[in-house]
Amino acid sequence: MSTFSPFLRRPVVGATLAGVLALALAGCVPNSPAAQGGSTLSVNIKDDTCAVSAAQATAGSVTFSLTNSGTDVNEFEILASDKLRIVGEKENVTPGQTVDYTAQLEPGTYYTACKFQLIGAPVGLAEFTVTGEALKLSADRQALADQAVSDYVAYIKSQAGELLPLTQQLTDAYVAGDDETARALFAKARVPYERIEPTAEAFGDLDPEIDYREVDAVAEGLDWTGFHRIEKDLWQPAAGALNSDGTSATLDWAPSTPEQRAEFAAKLNENVKELYDLVSAPDFTVSLGDISNGSIGLLDEVAKGKITGEEDWWSHTDLSDFAANVQGAEVAFGNVERLANTSDTGKKLTGTIHTRFDELNALLAKYGSLETGFVSYDTVDDAQRAELSDAVNALSEPLSQLTSVVLAQ
Amino acid sequence: MSRTADEDPTPGAASQTPGDPATADETPRGISRRGLLGLFGAGAAGVAVGGGAGAAIASSAAASSGVDSTRVYPFAGEHQAGIVTPAQDRLHFAAFDMASGATRDDLISLLQDWSAAAARMTRGAEIGDTGAVGGSEFAPPEDTGEALDLPAAGLTITIGFGPTLFTDASGIDRFGIASAKPAELEPLPRFAGDALEPGATGGDLCIQACADDPQVAVHAVRNLSRIAFGRASLRWSQLGFGRTSSTSTSQVTARNLFGFKDGTANLKAEETQAIDDGVWVQAGDGSAWLTGGSYLVVRRVRMIIETWDRSQLGEQERVIGRSKGAGAPLSGGTEFTPIDLAATGAAGQPLIDKGAHVRLAHPDVNGGIRLLRRGYNYVDGNDQLGRLNAGLFFMSYQRSPQQFITVQKNLARDNLNEYIKHVGSALFAIPPGASEGGWVGETLFA
Repeated sequence: MSTFSPFLRRPVVGATLAGVLALALAGCVPNSPAAQGGSTLSVNIKDDTCAVSAAQATAGSVTFSLTNSGTDVNEFEILASDKLRIVGEKENVTPGQTVDYTAQLEPGTYYTACKFQLIGAPVGLAEFTVTGEALKLSADRQALADQAVSDYVAYIKSQAGELLPLTQQLTDAYVAGDDETARALFAKARVPYERIEPTAEAFGDLDPEIDYREVDAVAEGLDWTGFHRIEKDLWQPAAGALNSDGTSATLDWAPSTPEQRAEFAAKLNENVKELYDLVSAPDFTVSLGDISNGSIGLLDEVAKGKITGEEDWWSHTDLSDFAANVQGAEVAFGNVERLANTSDTGKKLTGTIHTRFDELNALLAKYGSLETGFVSYDTVDDAQRAELSDAVNALSEPLSQLTSVVLAQ
Repeated sequence: MSRTADEDPTPGAASQTPGDPATADETPRGISRRGLLGLFGAGAAGVAVGGGAGAAIASSAAASSGVDSTRVYPFAGEHQAGIVTPAQDRLHFAAFDMASGATRDDLISLLQDWSAAAARMTRGAEIGDTGAVGGSEFAPPEDTGEALDLPAAGLTITIGFGPTLFTDASGIDRFGIASAKPAELEPLPRFAGDALEPGATGGDLCIQACADDPQVAVHAVRNLSRIAFGRASLRWSQLGFGRTSSTSTSQVTARNLFGFKDGTANLKAEETQAIDDGVWVQAGDGSAWLTGGSYLVVRRVRMIIETWDRSQLGEQERVIGRSKGAGAPLSGGTEFTPIDLAATGAAGQPLIDKGAHVRLAHPDVNGGIRLLRRGYNYVDGNDQLGRLNAGLFFMSYQRSPQQFITVQKNLARDNLNEYIKHVGSALFAIPPGASEGGWVGETLFA
């Protein structure tokens, strides 16, 4: 089988985790039933609803009897309390099919949802509470590692799936010349991409085509396409404005013609579909180290491009990318946290990381949210940027220890 | 690996004599373990090396670099090192602010971690248990590594506390230490000619790292900044070169960027009584925890050197009050001849101009006040007008900030003011030295 290594920036762990890499993720691997719990719930899946027969269960094995009474293939997901990290999923439930899916659930708050045609935003997101005793933590590191990998791969797929319709909506408005609508959709469309950015970066040419800034494309002699090309058309530079490298904004650039807009839109949709197909391939997987390194890498993205305001030079929507990167980092961390917690050193570290994530998120919340939007980054002054940078540094130092703890034998 | 050797003080190191700061802080130990390792390999490193071998190594290193780069000054001692220590050639100074939300425990742990790392780095050792390359392949190295293979280079790390550490700008006592704030630790008053920039002013904490190798000094500040992430962050920092002051009679007087010898009349380490009187906070001065410590004034003094450079030699000497070549006072004699402020020329004009820098800064016109200056030159690229962004990073240590304030006020009509402006300013209380295995600031939290 071929194995993608989605985080080329730190390609460290392949050899040591051959066992994990060998795990092919052909759909969801059902967990074996455990002694605890044992409840069975039914889920009625339609194209636009996702009705679970109860909103709570007892910790342990929880079986969901899934029936797809809709018109096309669907998927059932159980999300962590952040509504992002996937803790269990059953894909490819075809119309008319009834299938059982069993998840091992710890006490806590979750969200259930379906995903019509396996793409787009979760449908019928509903809170789901699990009560009772905590499960006995598996002493089997391999089992924890396998679970972390399968959940994270499912998460990457779900984000790539959400990216598709959001990009389509953005480009539809852009092509139609409805710039006001397009501007409102720009930051939102980028969120799923920014959450899994290191994955796309691993696929060679894909990230440059989707997400390159003009100055980087010019420097590498590439045709400039993707989100940022669209951004500059939507927020056209004022007379005399400069690119981030100090060159004239109109140097080798002019507003796109309607024909060019159609081309750039088609190209971006094609690129994000390619990304979705790549991460949806049956043999796509990641290593454990890729996950924790991905978490670190996302924070590095923030420190390098977002904190300086160079990423979204014309739209100043940097804080949205910033928040999405942080969410992505927190999900990746959450995926390997249980594994890190198998040692005392690890427990201490994850405690610190949690605190620092909380502090950074609290600081970001002063400027808005992904749901309601963030303030324009050009209104965030240097002192405020320094404060954000401090919080990123404070988190990044302990986070940089995560891989060594996760991989400790 | 190299750690073992590091734990052993080099035989022959001067024993510290309480009450004699010159001896305690100044006597070099002679060998760095990095230097040793480079020459002998790790096998020999754990073995105590005799003074003879150390001297030989030291001299060969000195011959190649021009300075004795193997000097090691102990971090622990009655006073912090880096004050009366003979001024090293290079400086990296850094001011920090505590993180919002940082607690008293965070501050204490930071000072402990800084002291532990400083004790290692000043010995020429890597920081942490695993150093730069001894740790997990999957974890970032504890030490950043750019000082590997370099000797200790006379590194000293001096830690200070700014007024805002005790009570912040809103008057809040964040760390439960407001009641211990020395009465004299107040932001400096505004002086004539101040053009202070927030980017070079103030700070909750400071670190002065001095070494004879710039990379060693930068390594120190870089690693201490990294240790601080989440507890404190850099507020501003300054690189300096070419010490502008001699703090020991063993040193020749260096020149500042005006091209003049600077610090001829500076307090010298060998003047132990004057140092006790003028530099070290004494018991009964007010804050018991600061006894054996000092106060540090830092001023970033931008020089308008393009204007200076086109002024005539006679004008330059009149402004300073000394000859440019030998550094002799214009009242006559050689460099170390006492200045005669009353001397007049044939036409009855004062030989030392009324506004000459040496006159206005002279102890005789400042109630006998002397400071221990420890400044460095700086050039931070250029400004947008194409002028070198250059000047003097002035640092002085004194028993009371009032000593500096008195002299600086007297400099209001200094001829030199035409060519300089003060763009940065800060005041720090410098705690006494750490005990062996202890930490700087321990007396404040005792």
